[in-house]
Amino acid sequence: MEAVGPNPFLFVSAVLFVCGVVCMTTKRNGIGVLMGVELVLNGASLNFVTFSKFTPLGLDGQVFSLFVIVLAAAEAAVALAIALNFYNNHLTIDVDRGDELHG
Amino acid sequence: MSVETMLFWLFAILTCGGAVSVAVSQNVVRMAFSLVLCLGSTAVMFLLLGADFVGATQLMVYVGGTVVLLVFGVMLTATGPFTKIKSSGADAILSGLIGVIFLFIISTTVTAVDWGDISQKVAIGTHQKTAARGFNPEQQGNTTRPLGLSFLSVRADRDLNLSRNVPSVEKPVEDAPKLSSGYLLPFEIVSIHLLVVLVGASYLARAKRRVATNQ
Repeated sequence: MEAVGPNPFLFVSAVLFVCGVVCMTTKRNGIGVLMGVELVLNGASLNFVTFSKFTPLGLDGQVFSLFVIVLAAAEAAVALAIALNFYNNHLTIDVDRGDELHG
Repeated sequence: MSVETMLFWLFAILTCGGAVSVAVSQNVVRMAFSLVLCLGSTAVMFLLLGADFVGATQLMVYVGGTVVLLVFGVMLTATGPFTKIKSSGADAILSGLIGVIFLFIISTTVTAVDWGDISQKVAIGTHQKTAARGFNPEQQGNTTRPLGLSFLSVRADRDLNLSRNVPSVEKPVEDAPKLSSGYLLPFEIVSIHLLVVLVGASYLARAKRRVATNQ
C-alpha cells in the first residue's frame, strides 16, 4: 500500500477549520473563542505543510507555517491580555456582555 | 497497511476528535485539554509530512506556550459560576448543522481537484527542475538547515543545482539564472512584531485597580 496522498491531510485540515469556525461562532466564553481561532490557524498551517510536500511549493510552505505559528502565539498573548482586561471590567468572560458599543 | 498509514489514521482520528471535542464541549477546562490533544496530534501530522522542524516548533510553541497561556487565562477567569457558560440548545443544533454542511462543501471541493495534475501545471519560479517532485526531506535527513538558510535569504533547496551560466558577451545578462528570493525581511518584521506584541500584552495585562461596573 502506497503512502497517504494529499487528500486525507486536506480533509483533516478542513475538519480543523470547520470546528474552529463553529467554536468561534457558538462559544460565549471569550477563552473558547480564542481556542477556535487557534484551531483555524492550525488548519491553515496544516494545509501549507501538506502542499509543501505534495506540490512544487517546496520549503516555502513550511516557512509560512512557521510564520503562522509565531503570529498565532503573538495573537494569543494580546487576546488573552484583552480578555483579562474584559474580565476586570465586567467580572465575567461572557462575550455577550460586551455590548457597550451596541447602538 | 504500512506503519506510516496506520500512524496517519490514528493521529488523524485524534486530531479530528480533539477539534470536535473543543467545538462541542461546554466546560472550558475540558476544551483546553482537548486543544492540547488536537495540537499535539497536528504536530505528529507535520512530522508525518516530513516537516520535522515545523512539528517540533508546533510542539514547543503551541503545546508548550500558547496552550499554557490559555490555561492560565482559564484559571484567572473561570471562577465559580463562570466555568460553564452555556450556549442555547437551538443555537448549538443550528451551528452544528451549518458546520456539517460547510465541511461537506469544503471536502467535496478539495477532493474534486487532482492535486498531482495541478502541481505539474503550476510553475513556481523558473527553477522547475529542482523542485519538480516537491520538497521531500525524509530522504534528506532534516529541514532545519534549509529553513534557517531561507530565513537568511539563501535558498539552498532551490538554487543549489542552478546551472552556472555566467553572463558574458554572447549570453546577455537576462539569460543568467536568478537566485530565488528568501525570507530575511519577513523574519525581521516578525521579530519586531513579537517584541511589540510582548510589550503591548504586558502593558494591557498589567495589574491595576478594578473599576466598579454598575455606576
